[in-house]
Amino acid sequence: MIPKTLRRGVFLSPLFALLAGCNTVVMNPSGDIAKQEAHLITVSVILMLLIIVPVMILIVWFARKYRASNTEADYEPDWDHSTKLELVIWGAPLLIIIVLGLVTWISTHKLDPYRPLDRIAEGRPIPASSKPLVVQAVAMDWKWLFIYPEQGIATVNELVVPVDVPVRFKISATSVMNAFYVPELAGMIYAMPGMETALNAVQNRPVQSEGFSANYSGAGYSDMRFSYRGVAQADFDGWVQSIKSGGGNLDRANYLTLEKPSIKEPVHRYAAVDNDLFYRVLNRCVADGVMCQDKMMNDDAKKAREMAMRSMPQQAAATRLAQANGAVCTTPNDPVKKK
Amino acid sequence: MHEQFDLAKLIFGRLSWEAIPYHEPILIATFIGVLLGGVVLLGVLTKLKLWGYLWNEWFTSIDHKKIGIMYMVLGLIMFLRGFADALMMRAQQAFSFGDSHGFLPPHHYDQVFTAHGVIMIFFVAMPFVTGLMNYVVPLQIGARDVAFPFLNNFSFWMTTAGAILVMASLFVGEFARTGWLAYPPLSGILASPDVGVDYYIWSLQVAGVGTLLSGVNLVVTIIKMRAPGMDLMKMPVFTWTALCTNILIVMAFPILTVTLAMLGLDRLFDTHFFTNELGGNAMMYVNLIWIWGHPEVYILVLPAFGIYSEVVATFCNKRLFGYSSMVYATVVIMVLSYLVWLHHFFTMGSGASVNSFFGITTMIISIPTGAKIFNWLFTMYKGRIRYELPMMWTVSFMITFIIGGMTGVMLAVPSADFVLHNSLFLIAHFHNVIIGGVLFGLFAGVNYWWPKMFGFKLDRKWGVYSFWLWSIGFWVAFTPPYILGFMGVTRRMSHFDDPSMQWLFRISLVGTLMIAAGIACLLMQIAVSIINRKKLADVTGDPWNARTLEWSTSSPPPDYNFAFTPLVHDNDAWADMKKHGYQRPLNDFVAIHMPKNTWAGPVIPGIAFLMAFGIIWHMWLLVGVTFFGMIAVAIYHTFDYKRDFYIPADEVTRTEEDRTRLLEAHV
Repeated sequence: MIPKTLRRGVFLSPLFALLAGCNTVVMNPSGDIAKQEAHLITVSVILMLLIIVPVMILIVWFARKYRASNTEADYEPDWDHSTKLELVIWGAPLLIIIVLGLVTWISTHKLDPYRPLDRIAEGRPIPASSKPLVVQAVAMDWKWLFIYPEQGIATVNELVVPVDVPVRFKISATSVMNAFYVPELAGMIYAMPGMETALNAVQNRPVQSEGFSANYSGAGYSDMRFSYRGVAQADFDGWVQSIKSGGGNLDRANYLTLEKPSIKEPVHRYAAVDNDLFYRVLNRCVADGVMCQDKMMNDDAKKAREMAMRSMPQQAAATRLAQANGAVCTTPNDPVKKK
Repeated sequence: MHEQFDLAKLIFGRLSWEAIPYHEPILIATFIGVLLGGVVLLGVLTKLKLWGYLWNEWFTSIDHKKIGIMYMVLGLIMFLRGFADALMMRAQQAFSFGDSHGFLPPHHYDQVFTAHGVIMIFFVAMPFVTGLMNYVVPLQIGARDVAFPFLNNFSFWMTTAGAILVMASLFVGEFARTGWLAYPPLSGILASPDVGVDYYIWSLQVAGVGTLLSGVNLVVTIIKMRAPGMDLMKMPVFTWTALCTNILIVMAFPILTVTLAMLGLDRLFDTHFFTNELGGNAMMYVNLIWIWGHPEVYILVLPAFGIYSEVVATFCNKRLFGYSSMVYATVVIMVLSYLVWLHHFFTMGSGASVNSFFGITTMIISIPTGAKIFNWLFTMYKGRIRYELPMMWTVSFMITFIIGGMTGVMLAVPSADFVLHNSLFLIAHFHNVIIGGVLFGLFAGVNYWWPKMFGFKLDRKWGVYSFWLWSIGFWVAFTPPYILGFMGVTRRMSHFDDPSMQWLFRISLVGTLMIAAGIACLLMQIAVSIINRKKLADVTGDPWNARTLEWSTSSPPPDYNFAFTPLVHDNDAWADMKKHGYQRPLNDFVAIHMPKNTWAGPVIPGIAFLMAFGIIWHMWLLVGVTFFGMIAVAIYHTFDYKRDFYIPADEVTRTEEDRTRLLEAHV
């Protein structure tokens, strides 16, 4: 779709060379998704420079040439319309936006965070044997909890993923909005209480870096950072084992203690974690005796339907009610039905 | 549940001596400064016996020109406050690395960035834009005042009441620590139990009434009060942009009012619109606030586009290129501005199709915006460009704004936004368009219309200093954040660990100091001009050889603007009149029907201020009294039937003869 030379961003290289002294991680990440997102920035800049550079030159040129003291220049005080020019000034940007719009439509679907990955990196499909690693991330005041449900472990402020294995994040929060962001790995996604968002990504080489909240969330926000590591699969297994043997259990009681606001929380590791902890966080029913939100909503919907049915003839109402209940009810552990 | 009746609580609510921030030395020093300054100012006003003058000639005035100027004075004062916040943030970020935590703890820093955003948008940009529209639009369309003159004065004081509430939060209580849009649940009662968010909500509610009513006022004025012959496609471009902006205000501000009302209900009465529990959903707030918030951006920038259009045509001595495409571009932007709000939160997890839709509509806005840039460009083409200050600001705007537009389109690509959202890149982008677009436009406009407002031009030398300091200082201050965005640095941080990027923050601070010097030069420019007003005087009423109707009357215009309502034949009405040898009418003047000043304009908003203060502090007795008081005063005011008067014909004749003499003396 876009010529190879352009795709490599040759025009921008001087600009980025200037920044060689800075760690511009957003433009040079090590995860495939983040890489494609960075690439998209380059493509859009190049497309726009096609029109911006000429306009800039024209501004400076006209501004100089038609200065009042230059009486040599043409002067046409009543010239105020040219259909041809109008076509160009509306048409040229339109063409660029059509191309950019296409790029946007395709890339937005391809890089949709909900969409399971279809490759590990450029030209490397996902091996049939590979199964995505699931990580549940919870933004808390002001720290990050990561639950590895398949491994049965949990950590605070430490995220470790194996290299070249697709990772599927399920993200929620305890009290306020945050955003889950690991620049090395992939773009950010909001972490919201009572809501589950998702992110699919893959880390392509070992790295020692940081992730953080990218949405202001109160007093401890500046320090709401966690260590992020990409490691080889064997090292990852070793890391899991070391946690498993390290002890500590993140049950509901411990979670409620952990939930209390704290700043600069050190890394915690838990060898065991309650199976349904993430479900309870998401549905805001970790504390004893609190009804889970999904059950409450279900009950409310049922009640509302029943009330509406009362005014209908008996038989029709019964049928409709049965249909409606069948259509709405889901089990709590259903995956998010997006893509 | 029965609570014991507590009179003190009913009167004072949660207000106590602890609300005064004794422990913040910066605030106490500011407070003492404000107190001393205030006492001196009040003393001088009393000594010079200016109170009567101010009350009769300004505060109660329904003259759109005076109200316009008061709006701009308010904008300038609040600008100094908002900029002080900016300086504090830049200083904090330049030094708060590693072991050093800077001079602002998060509790204070978070208030500073919230106040900076709120003040700059609501109490600087809005009053400036509204003030200029108020001043210029009636003159440009050949009217004697706006459609609802009392409402105009009332709107101004409502805006001012909101501004005073924000300022009061400095010394009594605190301001919100939520960011300028106060997303719940952070702004909910659980995460923010203090008065900060209440100050935020109620200052914007009070000011919002003013903004909405002034929007209604200007829409009606433009639709109904144009001079004969000025059909829509003969309106000056600034009036067109003012029309579109005010339509946006009328359609967008009710959304803000309702959204903040719901947030207020959540906080005061335990409703659950935006809470996490009981069916509340914060995502609804984020959507609603941006359905107002995105049009708001265009509310600010469209009038600036109008200013540039007037300035370019005037200083190129040429008709504006592509008038009708300029108008259509404005209207298209107005419509599209309602279809892009979701681009402020691509990262909230909407599906790919929704994100793409809003990404692409956002890009489409760049087409009419680009067309405008081309129109200004081709107005310069084959013109005779005079580089007076307004034109310098315009050229600087064109170059600066294009970059801002480009970074804006980058952010409009959802997948790119995933890595740039909430970063300093975003901060740099919107300062790029708001400073480079709106603020430069306001500077161009103030330099352009100043002689019309006060009868003398602004000093060129200090204006040029200010221009260069701003134009260069802007890039020094905001190039580093662009770069830092690529390093993955997010906004609203009060402390950093990575020392390798400190130098970028320090460069940014240097840029901010350059801008500070630019502001000092601006103030100097005004002071020097006032001192030299005799030398800089404009006696012609048309110092720039301009093209629209406001320049056909004297500088400053008489109370009645035009002795006779002008007839319009072309879309550069004044240029057309000059071309056809227009002669000023010298006799046969008639009495002119004018609206009368009214005390209710400042009084009702004054009561509204007290009521808002009462709600913030839960002083329910005060709230009750002021609520009914406000209604009573409003009803009482409707019985005031003496709201108009006639300027007698011989007074008009005298005024016009004075001008004739002045013009003849300077031929």
